[in-house]
Amino acid sequence: MYSQGLIGAKTDTNEDEAFLAAFQARIDAEEKIEPNDPMPEGYRKTLVRQIGQHAHSEIVGMLPEGNWITRAPSLRRKAALLAKVQDEGGHGLYLYSAAETLGVSREEMTEELLSGKAKYSSIFNYPTQTWADIGAIGWLVDGAAIMNQIPLCRCSYGPYARAMIRVCKEESFHQRQGYEIMMTLARGTPEQKEMAQDALNRWWWPSLMMFGPHDGDSQHSDQSMKWKIKRFTNDELRQKFVDATVPQGEFIGLTFPDPDLKWNEEKGGYDFGAIDWDEFWRVVKGHGPMNRDRIAARQKAWDDGAWVREAVLAHAEKRNARREAAKMAAE
Amino acid sequence: MSKNQIPLWEVFIRPRNGLAHKHCGSVHAADEVMALQAARDVYTRRGEGTSIWVVPSSAITASDPENKDENFEPAMSKVYRHPTFYEIPEEVGHM
Ligand SMILES: [Fe+2]
Ligand SMILES: [Fe+2]
Ligand SMILES: [Fe+2]
Repeated sequence: MYSQGLIGAKTDTNEDEAFLAAFQARIDAEEKIEPNDPMPEGYRKTLVRQIGQHAHSEIVGMLPEGNWITRAPSLRRKAALLAKVQDEGGHGLYLYSAAETLGVSREEMTEELLSGKAKYSSIFNYPTQTWADIGAIGWLVDGAAIMNQIPLCRCSYGPYARAMIRVCKEESFHQRQGYEIMMTLARGTPEQKEMAQDALNRWWWPSLMMFGPHDGDSQHSDQSMKWKIKRFTNDELRQKFVDATVPQGEFIGLTFPDPDLKWNEEKGGYDFGAIDWDEFWRVVKGHGPMNRDRIAARQKAWDDGAWVREAVLAHAEKRNARREAAKMAAE
Repeated sequence: MSKNQIPLWEVFIRPRNGLAHKHCGSVHAADEVMALQAARDVYTRRGEGTSIWVVPSSAITASDPENKDENFEPAMSKVYRHPTFYEIPEEVGHM
């Protein structure tokens, strides 16, 4: 996965006080909300937006890694990468079906992705330039995703929480295979180590951006926390990620591209430098290095698959008609 | 986009013989053959099952959550349906 702090959801809702209070009481009692239960429109919309963004991120996330499948350096690496990319496709499908329980169709979601109306994680708008990028993505991007997704397993919306449990079980392999690639390169020739360092340099800051804007700047975070869609703020998750990841990088002899990164004994965590939010918003708004390529690739897949979708439906229709006719003849 | 939407199927998987099929999610597919293939690819990549059922989602009739109380509340008050409601002297032994 690769969900990121939700971008621009509207949580406005216009139900009466009593309805909202009754709903909040269920949430506070840690009851799960299921598809046909009464729910505020703002809750439904927030989830449709968030689960949709998450699903699109899984699917678009297959592209940067898919770029290296044919050029993986060994059969072992190739089999692992193929399995990982296939998992991401699976994650996208679990999530689309969770979103569909809220009354939005797969076609609508696809249409919103292709038109640019729906967002996906900004991290996938960066290119994968070398093999080491595959290591950095597994280690950092899947690592950040895991931080984000573990609390989502306790999300108040049942179908999303259940999808997240399946996803989380599969993510651990993704991060480990990535770290193993980085470790192998870091312990290889000077050129290989340099390649690993270069990948870390390029992917570190975009990985921190995956958690979304600072808490003070993300307007809808409070309501999402109150509805227990999310359990930790963007900044809390980002801090956990930094604290977990820095020692892993140091262990394999790599350095982080942040002169302000240092252990803070008092808070029991790392301090780190300022994130370039202008870059984040530029990429979210479509001006990252790969935004156009990513959407063009999804559009091509959709267009090229049109005849298949038409053919399978026509075939199913023909078979149903034949079956009906046979039944009539037998009667 | 296409007017003909590809139908939705609910997927049930038996984790191993001796256990019941359990609902695990859904897939879109034009027919039952493709639904089974998609369910296998999406839901059993790590040996999660030994058997799959797919059922058209439209074939499922669900109880209305609005009627949850009248459907399920009566069971809550019938404690006499549980073995612990009955007091049996200890001398009688395990029953
Ligand atoms: Fe994910
Ligand atoms: Fe994933
Ligand atoms: Fe992953």
